[in-house]
Formats: sequence, structure tokens, C-alpha cells
Amino acid sequence: MAEVGSSPKKLPLDAIWRARTSKFGDFAGYDMPLQFEGLIPEHNWTRTHAGLFDVSHMGPSFFALPKGHGLEGDEAHKKVASLIERLVPADIQGLKPGQVRYTMITNEGGGVLDDLMIARPAEPGAAGDLYIVVNAGCKHQDWALIEEATKGEADLVRADDRCLLALQGPNAHVAAAAVIDPALAEMNFMTVKRYDAFGRITVTRSGYTGEDGYEILVRAENATDLANALLAHAEVKPIGLGARDSLRLEAGLCLYGHDLDPKTSPIEADLAWTIQKRRREAKDFPGAKRILREYELGAAKKRVGVRPNDRAPAREGVEIMKDGKTIGVVTSGGFSPVLNGPISMGYVEAAHSEPGHVVDLMIRGVPRSATIVPLPFVPHKYHRPKKGA
Amino acid sequence: MTKRYTKDHEWVELNGDIATVGISTYAAEQLGDVVYAELPDAGKSFKQGDDMAVVESAKTASDVYAPISGEVVEANGEIKNENWQIINDAPQAGGWFVKLKVANKSELDGLMDEAAYADYVKGL
Repeated sequence: MAEVGSSPKKLPLDAIWRARTSKFGDFAGYDMPLQFEGLIPEHNWTRTHAGLFDVSHMGPSFFALPKGHGLEGDEAHKKVASLIERLVPADIQGLKPGQVRYTMITNEGGGVLDDLMIARPAEPGAAGDLYIVVNAGCKHQDWALIEEATKGEADLVRADDRCLLALQGPNAHVAAAAVIDPALAEMNFMTVKRYDAFGRITVTRSGYTGEDGYEILVRAENATDLANALLAHAEVKPIGLGARDSLRLEAGLCLYGHDLDPKTSPIEADLAWTIQKRRREAKDFPGAKRILREYELGAAKKRVGVRPNDRAPAREGVEIMKDGKTIGVVTSGGFSPVLNGPISMGYVEAAHSEPGHVVDLMIRGVPRSATIVPLPFVPHKYHRPKKGA
Repeated sequence: MTKRYTKDHEWVELNGDIATVGISTYAAEQLGDVVYAELPDAGKSFKQGDDMAVVESAKTASDVYAPISGEVVEANGEIKNENWQIINDAPQAGGWFVKLKVANKSELDGLMDEAAYADYVKGL
């Protein structure tokens, strides 16, 4: 929420987006483009070509051992990783150079304070550094938590004065290779690399759409050139935050504050895969007691996909019922352009979470039939190394 | 055959004692592609300002209020048959929502005419 009386901040690329749309909205204190051509055409373009998203409201940052730490390579990495592991349940020490991992900041109660990406830079000169990207609405809280937990042992450098651009879609690699560097096409999903192009950029092969693609951190003074070069490519169109939400929902990805919150555990959220074995055995992260109990025994509720059996969208807050009894709630819902129908995500009691289970959605006081389905709604198309390669 | 408009972007056009009701071109543009709409059945009565229908785009769900009190005599069959595109294509013509049998025509006096609505939208 923006501070009272303050107007939202302009993006460094504001003029580029303003020339293409007037539909803006305040997200986490930033004036963000919501829509260009229209939600559905933008969504479909991203699924079939490449969409360019400005996500500079997010919280990119570098977390590094103090200068002169005297450690090298894996040793430096293990040290910095052990510091951030005080806050997250993922195995960060185990990251290979150039590897990115999705994780969450958990609280003592086992709930989620934010979900984030942590990357180990590929470059030997960056040993002892981590690249961390947190959510826009949580960044001030997250950075304060990280600084408090690691005071004097590492330095957090915020990079949210730079631009973060996401290029997403099956032809993102074509545009990225043509505009930035042919090597981008060779990167694997969930890896990071720096390139000497448009100043010096940090690129991860990752995203929030279920498509192949990249997230690119670029200095504000170089961002206009990069955005214009990408937009000049025939495969690329600008996409607003509206389509970003329908894309991530089809991909079954959580939106913090809606599908994840301080009371919901990673196990309930069906994110057990983000907690690697070493951390499960060490039991040394915030909320480990509850999270590991649920890991072993199962949680009382579970995040699921819900497919309404008619055309009415079931949006956030809609109750999920079985035989007249409330068994859960929708946390995200809307319209899927790919399936040409409504889709929702929500939490239901474990006993009702099996795909195929038929439930009712209470929409404007009327129960409507729906079916529990596996996530994602639309298959992911990430660029992973071929087996045996 | 002139239309009157509400601040919530419904339009109403009176022919004898039958009022045709829909959403304005401005409202349809703001919504974007309609992906769902729910209309009341014939026989239902509404007071001016009551929730009468729902229209949903990919972006959001919006309530449509009765711009005038009356009883539904017909709901648009095109919309009932899930041809929601007609709301985007012709919101102030073929994309009408319902026809109401009007009880009190003087309720129209409080609504905006074409020029006043155009000014109102400009200020949004």
C-alpha cells in the first residue's frame, strides 16, 4: 500500500510505456502499466511469441560478504549462503555457480513472509555474492529482515534503482539472442549470467508466466536502449501487469499476499519441493518445527487448482463447499484465455484435495459445481538441459 | 428515443413504458473483453439502484445496477446464449442487457443526458 498523501513513483521507463498506453495503476507505490492492447491479446501474444514486462517495482538486490573477506570460490559461497539460510528453508549452500533457486522467507510459525529468487553468480570474481529478487510489496520488510539477521556479517545492496525487465514466451530466446547476445539462447532454466551489453546486465533464465524467458536487471541509464531494442524486434510486444496475472495463474504460480501469506506454510502451498534434503535434516530454518511436521504427516489443507464446471469465474474470496459445508476458499481466480474459461486456485481441506474431486463454489450466494484439478492449468515450457547432455 | 446515463455507466432508453437497459460504450471499453455475464430472468423486479446483473472481463467483475425501477420483461437472448462479444461490439445497441416495464418514469429525471454523461466521463 502506498503511503498516504504520496503519489506513486514513476518507472525509469515511464515515457516508453506512456507512449503506448494510458492504462496505469499503483502497485506497491509504483505507477505501473496495466494494459496495452488488451489483457487477452497480450496474454495470447506472450504464449505464442514474446512479451516484454517492466517489473522494476520488484526488489532486486545483491547480498555479499564484506570486502576483504579473504575467502575464495565454494568457501566464500558457503559462507554467504549460510547467512541467508537463517531466513529461508532452501539449500542455498548447495547452489552451483550460475544456479538460481526459488524459495521463501518463513516466520517462526512456519508461515511465508515472502517468496523470492536467490542466485549464485556464475563469475568466479563474484564468489561470496548472492543475487536476490524479492516481491515489490514486501521488499522493505524483506531487506530489513535480512539486514537484521546478518548485521555486520554481510552487506545488502539494493538494486531497485535499476530496471528489471522480463522477456517471456516461446520466442523470447530468439529476440534475446538477436538483441543482447547469442549466448542467452544457450542458458538453462534457473541459471544466471552477467553480460557486457547495455552496460553490464544480470540475466536469469526464469519468469512468472510458465513460458521460457528471461528476467534482466539493467541500469536505468541503459534501460531505454535495451527496451527499445527489444520492442523493435518483430517477436516482442509490451505486456501489462493485467496479463501478467492471468499468465501466472494459468501456470499455477503463487501471488504473494493472495496465495501465500504469513499463516500459510510452504507445505500447505504445495511447495515442499523447495525445501531440499540438507535443510530438512538440519531443521535449522524459521518455522522448521511446523513445516517439517507437515512435511512428514501432511498438512490439514492444500493449495489446488479449481476448474468451474460452468462459465462463471470464481475470484479471490469465493468459498469452496462440499455437501453444504465450507472446505476451503479461492485465493486467485479469473479467466484463462488458453482454456477459454474460468480457472481458480485455492486452499481446500486435504481430504478434498485429490484431482477429480467435485466441489461447489459459492458465487454471489449460488453454489456452482467445480472440479479439483492438478496445477498448472497450462503446461510449463521451461528451457531445461536435455537428458544425457 | 434518447438515452439517459447513470454515474455507474448504465444507460436506459424509454419506449412507451418499456425501458431498455445496458452498459455504456465507456464502461465496455474500460472492462475490456467480456468473458461472462449474468442477467436476471423475466419476472424479476428491481428498485432503482439495485444489483441487477453482473458483467465480468478478464480483469474484473462488475455489478450492473438497475438505472430505473421496474420488472424484467425480457433479457437479451444473445447474452443468455453466451455471445458476450456483443457487449464489446455494440454495448449501446445489440449488447443491451434487459428490458424493464417501468413503474415511475420520473426516476429518469435524475439521470444524465448524452451531453452531461460525455462531460462526466471526460472528468474521470
